[in-house]
Amino acid sequence: MDVLILTMKEASEKLASGELTAEALTQSCLEAIESGNERLNAFLEVSQTALDEAREIDVRRAKGEDVGPLAGIPVGLKDNMLVQGWGSTSGSQILEGHKGIYDGAIAQRLKKAGAILIGRTNMDEFAMGSSTENSHYGPTMNPWDITKVPGGSSGGSAVAVSAGFVPVALGSDTGGSIRQPASLSGVVGLKPTYGRVSRYGLMALASSLDQIGPFTRTVEDAAIMLQAIEGYDPKDSTSAQLSNTTIPSLIEKSVEGMTLGIPKEYFGSGMDPKVREVVMEAVQELERAGAVIKEISLPHAEYALAAYYIIQPAEASSNLGRFDGLRYGYHSGGENLQETYERTRGEGFGTEVKRRIMLGSYTLSAGYYDAYYRKALKVRTLIKQDFDEAFKDVDAILSPTSPTVAWNIGEKFNDPLSMYLADIYTVTANLATIPGMSVPCGFVDGLPVGLQILAKPFDEYTLFKVGATYQDRTSWHTQTPT
Amino acid sequence: MKFSKEDVLQIAKLSRLHIEEDELEQYQEDLGSILGYVEKLQELNTDDVLEFQHAAGGANVFREDVIDVCDEDTRRRAIENFSEKEGDLLKVQAVFTNRTE
Repeated sequence: MDVLILTMKEASEKLASGELTAEALTQSCLEAIESGNERLNAFLEVSQTALDEAREIDVRRAKGEDVGPLAGIPVGLKDNMLVQGWGSTSGSQILEGHKGIYDGAIAQRLKKAGAILIGRTNMDEFAMGSSTENSHYGPTMNPWDITKVPGGSSGGSAVAVSAGFVPVALGSDTGGSIRQPASLSGVVGLKPTYGRVSRYGLMALASSLDQIGPFTRTVEDAAIMLQAIEGYDPKDSTSAQLSNTTIPSLIEKSVEGMTLGIPKEYFGSGMDPKVREVVMEAVQELERAGAVIKEISLPHAEYALAAYYIIQPAEASSNLGRFDGLRYGYHSGGENLQETYERTRGEGFGTEVKRRIMLGSYTLSAGYYDAYYRKALKVRTLIKQDFDEAFKDVDAILSPTSPTVAWNIGEKFNDPLSMYLADIYTVTANLATIPGMSVPCGFVDGLPVGLQILAKPFDEYTLFKVGATYQDRTSWHTQTPT
Repeated sequence: MKFSKEDVLQIAKLSRLHIEEDELEQYQEDLGSILGYVEKLQELNTDDVLEFQHAAGGANVFREDVIDVCDEDTRRRAIENFSEKEGDLLKVQAVFTNRTE
């Protein structure tokens, strides 16, 4: 039995029936990482205690104990989520040697659910990037073609699932950092509604946009994972009380009678025509499944990326102020305190991080605040209103996740603006705080394409219904890179 | 949008970032092109639009004003992360200096 091609749900069933042990599954994942990671650089570090934890789950299960909904499932975590005792760097040199002093909400909930935390995955430094090339620890490669980027910033987690190292991994999405690498690496990626999953123990990029979510092979697995990690947490003051938004354990695979919107602004110029063709074929598949397809308008869509690249660096410049080289991580001493700060940060941060900190400092500074930051917040209101209007007429919105398939490593590395344009279809969901999911829907030149599905706040169930119906009728998600 | 070397150095100082002389030109170009792109927002009239302020809905969140003491193990782990220490104390450079004038 090749356990590495199992979905999380299938693995759970085999673990429950005794056909598979947590130890054997964890061992297989560790071996797959051992043999494949050098080529792909998806994992930065593997847990030394994973096998012991897996054995303990097997023992407890044999005794008939309640071992939890994710018992024995190996999970990869993006390197910006704190796990007590683990190295924790956010892909940055400035946190080299830093160790998590407590379990963040994700680690707490996964451990409680019986999951095996198997290791931390590579990422763009502080989640700033769309290609995972901005990691201090080297780029991650796309398993479909190792000369291509896997997308980013959660590229390590996307590849960990795509390459079959683990059935599930977690990422964080501030402007597309789960959905876009999911699209480019050929897996499912879910960004939940803002506030659905606690950010306690997640290193902040932009606090009003960040949200944690899973990478999986199937939509059903994404739903199972969301149920395990979601929920109110008093330690995150933006965490939502989730009454009436429960995800049913069985997802209805039907879009009969649903209305799905196609925003005309998302299918305009800038998109690879071959990507458009593949995405439109997916739209037609859902129409054949009984959905009504309706063209809609999101009139301010063309301003979303500009608003995003003011708001996100502004919040980042403030959040990254805590890295002073004194309390943890990289330290470079100077003549006085000011010089120590400047040297530590100048040497410890990479180019893209410095670029965004300076951008944020500039747009927040006196004299520029109104023209940039305040203006962007007003445009964010308009973008939110566009979605509120659209969801009066449609149940969900369909679009491409990314305007192109994966590009060559190095191609956009020195051109920040062209890299930012890779997020053009994904940033809107973060600005509007709505949930979004990318589902594999075909290939262009041998590289995966993702269909993005967007829904109303806290209506992840609609995403799952649309996505699961699509996967039930197609087999793109069962294809694996060789 | 044009940024001079002095502009970049001023922003870097505000950001507590040491930038090498040979990196200045690249940052001038990059910051200029990104800010040129976001200028696009000025096309929109937003006089009557309220600012988006609360991603989570805007309700205040309160907790009881009680001291939740950090346990010894967590305290120990925090201290182990210090860059420089003396005993259990975080060692930093002087914030204020004596002036003799």
